[in-house]
Amino acid sequence: MFNRKTILNGIGLLFFLLLPPFTQIFGQEYLLSLFSRILIYGLAAASLDLIIGYGGMVSLGHAVFMGIGGYSVGILAFHSYESSSILSWPFVLGGTENAFLAWPFAILVAGIFGLITGAICLRTKGMHFIMITLAFAQMAYYFFVSLTKFGGSDGLSLYNRNTLPTLDLGSDVTFYYLCLAILVIFLIIAHRLVGSHFGRVVSACRENEQRVQVLGFASYRYKLVCYTFSAATAGLAGALLINQSEFISPGLMHWTKSGELMVMVLLGGMGTLTGPVLGAATLLLMEDFLAMYTEHWMIILGPFLIIVVLFAKRGLYGLLTETGGTNG
Amino acid sequence: MLRLENIETGYDAGLALFGVSLEVREAEVVALLGRNGMGKTTTIRSIIGLNSPRSGKIIFNGVEIQNLPSYKIARLGIGLVPEGRQIFPTLSVRENLLAVAANHSKHHDPYTMERVFSIFPRLEERQKQSGGSLSGGEQQMLAIARALMINPSLLLLDEATEGLAPLICQEIWHGLGVLKERGLSILVIDKDIQALTTISDRTYIMEKGKVVWSGESHEQNLSTELTMRYLGV
Repeated sequence: MFNRKTILNGIGLLFFLLLPPFTQIFGQEYLLSLFSRILIYGLAAASLDLIIGYGGMVSLGHAVFMGIGGYSVGILAFHSYESSSILSWPFVLGGTENAFLAWPFAILVAGIFGLITGAICLRTKGMHFIMITLAFAQMAYYFFVSLTKFGGSDGLSLYNRNTLPTLDLGSDVTFYYLCLAILVIFLIIAHRLVGSHFGRVVSACRENEQRVQVLGFASYRYKLVCYTFSAATAGLAGALLINQSEFISPGLMHWTKSGELMVMVLLGGMGTLTGPVLGAATLLLMEDFLAMYTEHWMIILGPFLIIVVLFAKRGLYGLLTETGGTNG
Repeated sequence: MLRLENIETGYDAGLALFGVSLEVREAEVVALLGRNGMGKTTTIRSIIGLNSPRSGKIIFNGVEIQNLPSYKIARLGIGLVPEGRQIFPTLSVRENLLAVAANHSKHHDPYTMERVFSIFPRLEERQKQSGGSLSGGEQQMLAIARALMINPSLLLLDEATEGLAPLICQEIWHGLGVLKERGLSILVIDKDIQALTTISDRTYIMEKGKVVWSGESHEQNLSTELTMRYLGV
């Protein structure tokens, strides 16, 4: 009656739903912070999977959208605290700590940056695409390093988490459940998107873009919409991350962070959407656990990643859900 | 329906087509013959916009299309079945078709999944399989079906049955015969002269980037002497 994917997704959701009470019963509240990060990185990695796994657009600059989302929220909060305006011309734009305003703003700014950079990047393919996304990411990284008003390379602290009228985001449990709700809603939308006509055209572009064009589709526009949607989602992840850690620095936009997101996608399973959440959980848990014993935890993670990539075609998620020998 | 007037198309510095002119009329099947490297595929690529001509005109239903991008040419009603099939291998048969399905509300008699399955019943049996797991013949059927899903009024087939088993070829020619009966115009490249003689109304033979012979596709027209001279068979 239920296939393996449904069972695994159900178990995963149940685990995340029941985690907060268990952490309180066993006095391990710090886990809540770790798992909030897992949910946020899971959101960013799943958004990256949309463009890598479905669109075949291998980006090495995805973390920049997280950074832009995070800085959008941080700068709004900074100006709210200072009671100063961000813009005074052509219109006055003041700061805010209201999540209803700050988070959509973060999504919008990351989406616009994705639209502009995507419009340029998507004119190239393969290695050139990777290099241009990397170049844009590094440009943004150094731009924020030079913004001394907002902390430069030292980063920007958030004095308080953003506010919502009915929810206390200062509570770790509330914030955790909000992150979970956002991730689940995104996964539902993304699953519907990839199963729609739009999603099929994007997948077909990954297989053979020229063929898609001769079948009557402006492939560039489809890919650009997908890229922008993915960037906007990563922007939301960034907005959540700065709220979770109450701090952001340009380090979040460094290309190695984009590499980490890519590792999460590969580890969890490319083209599965839910897999990258599993990938984010595996990577962050391993990092947290192994870092207790050695600072060179990557030495252990590296071979593990190689084994997964070599033997699990669709990552850990594929390993757990597929019965083997499938092409799809 | 489709008219090529003195098309010259090239790759990099060299020319591959030297003033090609041909015509495909309403509900007509036209065969394009020639040895390898004579410009048949380049002609098809020029029509669909993959290699825009350097000079000359391509007119489709009264519209000059030689400078349009591929997707706009396809939207005007030209479907391409490329050489080597080039189906989307990781998508299922059903997804291959749905990915390109045109907006049916614009067409009075659109091709639907059911209609293409009625022409190629094998595809219905394989609809959940991935494209890459199909046999060569089934992939070619899928490539034709996929091109039909955009509701073309002209179908371009590059090497319709190349490398396929005789029984599969028969199924493909039968399918193309059904499409012809339904009034679809077809420009087809293939090496099976006997099958082309049966299905096509007119034939063009190309040599060294030029049309060197054209006429009706009667057996006496495509005589041994002619085919020996231009096709080497």
